[in-house]
Amino acid sequence: MSWMPTLVVGARRETSEARTLELAITGWPGHVAGQHVDVRLTAEDGYTAVRSYSIASSAGSRRLEITVDRLDDGEVSPHLVDTLEPGHRIEIRGPAGGWFVWRPTESVPQRPLQLIAGGSGIVPLMSMIRTHAEASSATPFRLLYSVRTPELALFRDELVRLERDDAHLDVTWAFTRVSPAGFPTPPARLDRTSSVAAVFAPELGAVTYVCGASPFVESVTGWLVDAGHLADDIRTERYGG
Amino acid sequence: MEGFSPGFTGRPRAQSQGLPPGQYVTESFPVLSAGATPRPSPTDWELTVRTETGTVSRWSWSEFLELPAEHVTCDIHCVTSWSKLGTSWRGVSVDTLLDGTDTSAGFVMARSYGGYTTNLPLGDLLGGKAWVATEFDGRPLEPEHGGPARLLVPHLYFWKSAKWLTGLDLLVSDSQGFWERNGYHRRGDPLLEQRYS
Repeated sequence: MSWMPTLVVGARRETSEARTLELAITGWPGHVAGQHVDVRLTAEDGYTAVRSYSIASSAGSRRLEITVDRLDDGEVSPHLVDTLEPGHRIEIRGPAGGWFVWRPTESVPQRPLQLIAGGSGIVPLMSMIRTHAEASSATPFRLLYSVRTPELALFRDELVRLERDDAHLDVTWAFTRVSPAGFPTPPARLDRTSSVAAVFAPELGAVTYVCGASPFVESVTGWLVDAGHLADDIRTERYGG
Repeated sequence: MEGFSPGFTGRPRAQSQGLPPGQYVTESFPVLSAGATPRPSPTDWELTVRTETGTVSRWSWSEFLELPAEHVTCDIHCVTSWSKLGTSWRGVSVDTLLDGTDTSAGFVMARSYGGYTTNLPLGDLLGGKAWVATEFDGRPLEPEHGGPARLLVPHLYFWKSAKWLTGLDLLVSDSQGFWERNGYHRRGDPLLEQRYS
C-alpha cells in the first residue's frame, strides 16, 4: 500500500472541535464502512508525521471524507481541523482495516447491529449508518452515542433526520455534561444500567461495534459481557492512551 | 513532496531521531484490541507449547511464575504509528519455554484468551528476542494491556506481541493470524515499515 497524492476539495466545520475534510484521490478504490486511512503531512524541511483517521462517508458514495477531532496536544489533528484548506495537498494511504467494518451484503438477515460511540468514536459508525441508509438495508441498527454536550455531538442533525426517516435505525443519546433543552433526562455518564438498557437484549444476538476512548470502550464492553452479551460478537476500536 | 502541507511544522525533530520510519513518540500507553478484554482467572490460566507433532508442554500460573524471569527494557512500536521508548518489562524468555523442545518447525501461531491469534517466524521468537511478560513497569500486567501474560516481541510491530497469551503452536508452514487475515503484514518489521499486506 503506497502513499497517494490527495487534494483537499472541501472542508466543513462540524463542531468547535471537529471538521470534515473531503478528499479527492485519482484512482481511489473505494472503501468499506468502518475502515480508516493514514494521513501524512510533510513540513518544509521534509519532516513527516502520520496519523490514522476513520472514514466518515458512506461506502456507496465512493466519496472520501474524514472527520477529525482536535486533540489539544496533538501534532496532526490541529492542522487538519484549523489550518488545512481546500486546494491544499496531503498524502493518504489506505483504505485499511478488515475487522471493524460492515458491509450491507454480509449481514445475516435480521441479525441486528448495535453501534456504541463515545465522542469522536462516532466517525466510523457514521460511515456504517450512512451506508445502511443509502443501501436501504433492512438490518436493524441501533446507535448509543455518548457525548459531553449537544454542541459537541458530531452529525447531530443528520442523525436526527436519519432516525426519523429510516425505520431500521434507532438512536439513543447519552449527554454526559449538558443535555439539550427539553431532553427527558439530566446529563449523566453512561453506567452499567443505562448502557445495558439502551442496547439490543443479548438474546437478539446483535453484532456490537464499540468505538471511543479506551476507558470508555473498556467499561462498556465489560458491562455488556457481564450482562450476557457474547464477547465474540463485540468488536472494538479504541483511541488515546 | 515539496509543497505538501503548507503551514505544517510538526513537533521538535529530536523526538523522532532513531525511530522506525513513520513512527512518533508517545508518553502514554495506548490500548488497541479488537474486542472485549478477556479476564482468565489465575486458577484457570495455562500456557501451552505445542509442537508440530502434537507434543505439548504445559504450565499452570504457579508453575509459570517459578520459571526464571528476566528484566527487559525495550522500545515498542505500534502499527498505528506510536512508539513508546524505554519500556520496562519482566518475563520469561521464549528460549526458556522452548528449551529441549524437539522441533523442525519454522513458524509459530500465538493463541490468546478471547480467540486472538498472530503468526510469527520461529526465528523471531528465539535468541533472546522474545518473552512472555507478566509485569510492566514493576507491576503485574493490567488486563487491558494483556495481563496476566502477553507475548513481548519488541523488534516487530506490537500486534505481534499477543495479549492474554495462552498458547504457542509450532508450525511447519506459515499461516495467517487475526490481523494478518485482516489486511496487515505477515511479518511486521517496523524498520522495513511492513504495516499492511
